[in-house]
Amino acid sequence: MTLLSPILALSITVLVAGTLFIALDKDPVRALSLFLVKPFQGTWNLTELGLKITPLILCSLGLALCFRANVWNIGAEGQFVFGAIGGGGLAMWVTTHGVEVSRWGFFPFVIVAGALAGAAWAAAVAYCKDRFHANEILVSLMLVYVANLFLTWLVVDPWKDPAGWGMPKTVSFAASTTIPRMFPGMRLHWGLPLALLAAAAMWMFLFRTFKGNQLQIGGLAPAAARYAGFSPRAALWTTLLTSGALAGVAGAFEVVGPSGQLNQGAASGYGFTAIVVAFVGRLNPIGCVLASILLSAFRRGGELAQGMQIPPALTGVFEGVLLVTMLVCDTFIHHRVRFGNGGPAAAASSRPTP
Amino acid sequence: MSLSASPDGVSSGTGPKRHEGGAPRLELRHVTKRYGHVVANDDVALAVAPGEIHAVLGENGAGKSTLMKIIYGAVHPDAGEILWDGRPVRIGSPHDARALGIAMVFQHFSLFETLTVAENIWLGLPRSTKLRDVEARIDAKAREYGLELDPTRHVHALSVGERQRVEIVRALLGDPRLLILDEPTSVLTPQAVEKLFVTLRQLAATGCSILYISHKLDEIRALCHRCTVLRGGKVVGSTDPTKETIAGLSRLMIGADPPRVVRAPPHPGVMALHVLDLSLPQVDRFGVPLDRVTLEVREGEIVGIAGVSGNGQQQLLAALSGEDPRAPANAVRLFGTPIGRLGSGARRRLGLHFVPEERLGRGAVPGLSLAQNLLLTRREAIRGFGWIDRRHLHGQTKGILGRFRVAAPGTRAAARSLSGGNLQKYIVGREIDAVPKVLIVAQPTWGVDVGAAAQIRAELVALRDAGCAVLVASDDLDELFEISDRLYVIARGRLSPPVPTAAATVEQIGQWMSGLWEREQETVHPAPGANA
Repeated sequence: MTLLSPILALSITVLVAGTLFIALDKDPVRALSLFLVKPFQGTWNLTELGLKITPLILCSLGLALCFRANVWNIGAEGQFVFGAIGGGGLAMWVTTHGVEVSRWGFFPFVIVAGALAGAAWAAAVAYCKDRFHANEILVSLMLVYVANLFLTWLVVDPWKDPAGWGMPKTVSFAASTTIPRMFPGMRLHWGLPLALLAAAAMWMFLFRTFKGNQLQIGGLAPAAARYAGFSPRAALWTTLLTSGALAGVAGAFEVVGPSGQLNQGAASGYGFTAIVVAFVGRLNPIGCVLASILLSAFRRGGELAQGMQIPPALTGVFEGVLLVTMLVCDTFIHHRVRFGNGGPAAAASSRPTP
Repeated sequence: MSLSASPDGVSSGTGPKRHEGGAPRLELRHVTKRYGHVVANDDVALAVAPGEIHAVLGENGAGKSTLMKIIYGAVHPDAGEILWDGRPVRIGSPHDARALGIAMVFQHFSLFETLTVAENIWLGLPRSTKLRDVEARIDAKAREYGLELDPTRHVHALSVGERQRVEIVRALLGDPRLLILDEPTSVLTPQAVEKLFVTLRQLAATGCSILYISHKLDEIRALCHRCTVLRGGKVVGSTDPTKETIAGLSRLMIGADPPRVVRAPPHPGVMALHVLDLSLPQVDRFGVPLDRVTLEVREGEIVGIAGVSGNGQQQLLAALSGEDPRAPANAVRLFGTPIGRLGSGARRRLGLHFVPEERLGRGAVPGLSLAQNLLLTRREAIRGFGWIDRRHLHGQTKGILGRFRVAAPGTRAAARSLSGGNLQKYIVGREIDAVPKVLIVAQPTWGVDVGAAAQIRAELVALRDAGCAVLVASDDLDELFEISDRLYVIARGRLSPPVPTAAATVEQIGQWMSGLWEREQETVHPAPGANA
């Protein structure tokens, strides 16, 4: 039952994609294979896929935690950007001050800087909700735009590379600051194993610890949580800070990993895609890993498909179709639609209150 | 105590207007319904004459609900036939049932809280109907049967008793020829029950047949003309309840003599829970404000709070459990410690446990397993770093299931998969098993069958004998009279002085439930026990 609607949704998405390709006058089989088969072929493609999987796993884990606790953080993108600023800022400082670091020695500092910056940005959401009862959906979403504008300001003014011909970007970071790579010649770095470890830890936390149990009860039955004496404020702060930290680490990995500098492009949409990942993964850490692989393939496919003159925006379309069809499938699996004059029985069957 | 058959009750003269030789309004023959291996209804026969008030008596799980759902068209029988006015009919859906003139008032109401009374009823009517006409019709129908109901009020502002009135009026608006009532009195005061009975008798006198589902024997004897008793899905008897004793009906229903709670005299110890002059404004405009509530519970006694639901019980119990920590610290004391501002977790650590009225969603999380639900109030299975010792957790859960004879497939069963009675046994068991110093229980046996109810009450009495201070709030007066040593009555957020149960009468408590205790309190019942 838990797998039914993601599988149905994926099938429908593939059908929609195929139809779209036909409408665009492309060979649907060849085009689809770019999205579903090609990303998994060859070492280069696989490592590039892994590079995309890493931030998706990290962001979606935090979101799954939030959503399970009924905290609707949809601003992982902003927390990702702040993590990028934190990690990138540290790397820039090290580069411009000529501090001697080793790759492995600097790696933990990148993680801490990204986590702190991301958590700080999420703390703003938690504070607004806690102090002013502001809706966290709106606040977290709008703070994404604030984060992006802040980043833009940084790279066009104070952090701009003085030797960059006025381009909105920082200096290229010293090679010693980049995250250790897993395979020579490939961009994939040691962030991926860390993300998988994080998924395992999150699974343990959610399903094997009292605190994780508490957070989920707060989301499932707030009255039961109040009865038990679980603090909703603690749940709000814990989930948002954790989620912000995870997204922040993802952002830091991105700039100190493959990118090597901080520019306006740091906001790459991973934070939004992670929402789809979290739901397709059924808010389960293991599901998040699997869904991250799928959604990464979509993204990688979007890059590969440009060779066929297929617009890269289609990736976003497929992500959207996947999420919407899955939510629709969930609705139809759990509810029955009735037409016509239902009368009181219809009212009774929809949702009676005791 | 018993609501004895009142003079206007069922003497032979006020029996139903039977059309001798005429066909019954409703007749069931050989009705059988299976769910897998379980036979919910086995060859059931039932006949209801026009104008007859017919009781269907049985314990939880005896098949009453399935039978009513068959009559109401919500469930299709596997075998058997249904005759309406002597003609075989097929009731395929509740819509068909309503077309025949069958109306049903469910135990759990189907009302949208954010809508008004009239809007709720309007929802079920044809689209062309105007809301203003609906309001007028509700008003007229309510007047006709002497039911107080304002059609423009919002449902969330209504008490449970008033909500039931909405359901009854909704049913009556269709001018039914057969009205089915499922456990209608569980939420009413004795006076309100009497009022309901007047309404029902009036309705029956117009020729409408009534199917009255209940396990309250005294009510059935006071109201009903016939009684069909179900046990294990089978009809085990059909009698004239007025000619049976309570014990006789009970034996028919459960196949054995009713269990009685044996209660030794109390040995009250030190003051355990002390509420002093507690006033709390309402949280929202629909809550009931608490007005200078003073309450004492000592070790080794059971104190009952009677009252019609919606008179401040929810607010008082939330302030005692810690779910509402707004009380002044000193207004609630636990063994002398001010706890008014502590949350429920902190109070539980001090030995105060609570069983809330709502089992699903508050006392237990519906989708989680029984073992996981143990973690709501119990921490024995939690190890360092918050790690859950699952073996210990499941063992502990299993122990509670066994000790309190909870019928559940296992410790991994979801809370929502249990019947109401079994889940209640589990929740009460979970709290009793914690060996609390003070236990507060709301509606300990609401919707629970006779056997399980007797078991829960016996456990509460045993807990009290072991020295625990027990506070029980219940709508069920019989229950309070059976188990409590002293009684308080709550009405409109105010609490009456205490009265020893042995010195109280149902009539007096019933009157107090309307808030009328000032006049007699000094003359009849001086408050026993000095304030500590």
